[in-house]
Amino acid sequence: MNNAAIAMKSQNLARPPCNIVVAGLGGQGVLAATDIIAEVALRAGFDVKKSEIKGMSQRGGSVTCDVRFGAQIFSPMVPAGEADFLLALEAAELEPNRPLLRSGGVTIGPSAIDADKLPQKKTLNVALLGALSAYLPMAQQQWLDSIGLAFAPRFLEANRQAFLLGRASHNNSVHATPAA
Amino acid sequence: MDDQNRLLLSGDEAIALAAWQAGVALGAGYPGTPSTEILEHFSRLGGRAQWSPNEKVALEVAIGAAFGGARAMATMKHVGLNVASDPLFTVAYTGVTGALVIVSADDPGMHSSQNEQDNRRYAVAAGVPMLEPSDSQEAYDFLFAAIEISERWKIPVLLRATTRVCHSYTVVRPRAGRDTPAAANFVRDLKARVMVPGNARPAHRRLRRKLSEMAEWNESCALNRLLPGDKSLGIIASGISFMHAREAAPEASVLKLGFTHPLPMRQIAQFAAGVQRCVVIEEGDPYLLEAIRAAGIPVTGKPEMYRFGELDVPRVRRILRGDTSAEAAAPAGKPPQLCEACPYRIVFDALHRHNCIVAGDIGCYTLGVLRPFEAIDSCVCMGASVGVGLGLRHVLPPDQACRVVSIIGDSTFIHSGISGLVEMAYNPPPNGHVVIILDNGTTAMTGHQEHPGTGRNLKHEPTGKVVLEDMARACGIPRVQVIEPRAGSDAFENALVEALKSRQLSVIIARRPCILVARELKEYEQRCNCHEVAEPCPAAV
Repeated sequence: MNNAAIAMKSQNLARPPCNIVVAGLGGQGVLAATDIIAEVALRAGFDVKKSEIKGMSQRGGSVTCDVRFGAQIFSPMVPAGEADFLLALEAAELEPNRPLLRSGGVTIGPSAIDADKLPQKKTLNVALLGALSAYLPMAQQQWLDSIGLAFAPRFLEANRQAFLLGRASHNNSVHATPAA
Repeated sequence: MDDQNRLLLSGDEAIALAAWQAGVALGAGYPGTPSTEILEHFSRLGGRAQWSPNEKVALEVAIGAAFGGARAMATMKHVGLNVASDPLFTVAYTGVTGALVIVSADDPGMHSSQNEQDNRRYAVAAGVPMLEPSDSQEAYDFLFAAIEISERWKIPVLLRATTRVCHSYTVVRPRAGRDTPAAANFVRDLKARVMVPGNARPAHRRLRRKLSEMAEWNESCALNRLLPGDKSLGIIASGISFMHAREAAPEASVLKLGFTHPLPMRQIAQFAAGVQRCVVIEEGDPYLLEAIRAAGIPVTGKPEMYRFGELDVPRVRRILRGDTSAEAAAPAGKPPQLCEACPYRIVFDALHRHNCIVAGDIGCYTLGVLRPFEAIDSCVCMGASVGVGLGLRHVLPPDQACRVVSIIGDSTFIHSGISGLVEMAYNPPPNGHVVIILDNGTTAMTGHQEHPGTGRNLKHEPTGKVVLEDMARACGIPRVQVIEPRAGSDAFENALVEALKSRQLSVIIARRPCILVARELKEYEQRCNCHEVAEPCPAAV
């Protein structure tokens, strides 16, 4: 377990888990983004659960995916009204899913990223992870390691750049504090 | 903490890994959300996995393997067990020589299903032991336990999971190494395996004796866990409901049941007696509640409104405080739709414009019910389109009957549409009938699995191929056409109009690869043609 996880555990043992909901449309990379968050949290030593729905909803319909991490996680589903973060890959998915957020929860939508600076349009999901990462206790290198595992070599550099773009977009305005 | 030994696995992957390590010799199934990934992962690990034409055949193949002394597994979604229920009820009598685990993946809330039946009822109805995991670690551990129970009592075991177990990723600490089960070997046992009445009568008594032995064993079984807590509230839960309950009421005493048929009633009674208020938290049917109450143990369950859909933490909190007020609606998302470039759009457009009465079936194409097509009039179960269409043709007045068509996908046709076609040839309606087979070369809805009509096995390697048009002709259908539905072409529409007019028995195969995997399908075909493989292609030998 790394230092971030130890620090978070010692502070937050009795506190609720970090709850993240990723929303978008089938084919936008919702599952891939959630996989990376879960992988980073796992490698940082947290207990992690991730819940996704596959099947008919994937035919272009709305997709949401939950990931939770902390000292000990029970339900794999983020309870409505308890999400710390809502990450939306599609602007239209923000409002319908807003009731999932706790009061004071953070929304991160496509407008958080300067689309013109994205190395490829399809890397929006990873750029949004960059923005999200600024709020979370895991180190930048841990994110980059997990992104390295998630993509084939030919897509890796674009996704790396997208992640750093997203992270820089929020780094200036946000203190990296673990959500509670 | 040993970080090296923590895997983040879905419940399906955990079942597959355990099956691989337990030395399961054969896994058979039919794709169905949320069970599909079990066999896919088992195959990737090196296990012998195969898609059967349907769940009944898959279970029969697994039964044969278990009769031969091997460890075998059959996987399916909840409605798949309906198809496989015929062998299930009698293999409970015959028992097995090796081990047999039947995985039923239920879909409460119907994320990708036509009903939300609770397959725990099957364990009771067929008289087989049942295990219910609540996360991936338990899915992993319980597969091993299922094999132990199966071998100890020579009985098939139902491993019942749900969507949120199958498709949630949670941490698994796997065991080391792999079992080496005894080699398969046939031992003749006519009395046990041949269910003529004279053998089946004692077999039924034998089954009931096994169940009462297992119930006794379950009283002290480690698959059930007692979590001491506040005595004012006791919760009895199984499966994913346990996780929601633990989070909703962290202070409560909990009896967490893993081995849920036959139930450990003495342990349940003792637990209920030790708490002031005892509530059963379970998703779907009140299976535990009814059984526990029937045993005379005073427990309460959930209000009827929570029978519908999945449970989650907020719903369990509501159940515990007896809240029956209206629930907030789930976020209204964008509904799924037929892909923009789906070749079936042309088909549904034609059906819509000709005002056809369409008996539909199970697959992506059920989305033809949505606007702008609204060109599916019924969807019941796998294969039902053919029989339902025939029934409509038989009774409707001619002006309506002549507009009835059945529409079915290629994989669904292989699954259970073939017998419908036989029915059509055998009991033809007076004005004929039109069956449209949408052949996109894959089982698209569940994530593009192979089937006997593709000529490739689960690993996308070449194998025997059932040619749909040949099969239709062999059934004696006089009009069999293969059409490629292409944008801008009216070939399909013309074929439809002519078939309807002909008043003959007609099969139109609309054949075009699923656009989501058209490239992969081409690659598989090339491999099959031996262009890219070093080893000789079995199909060419």
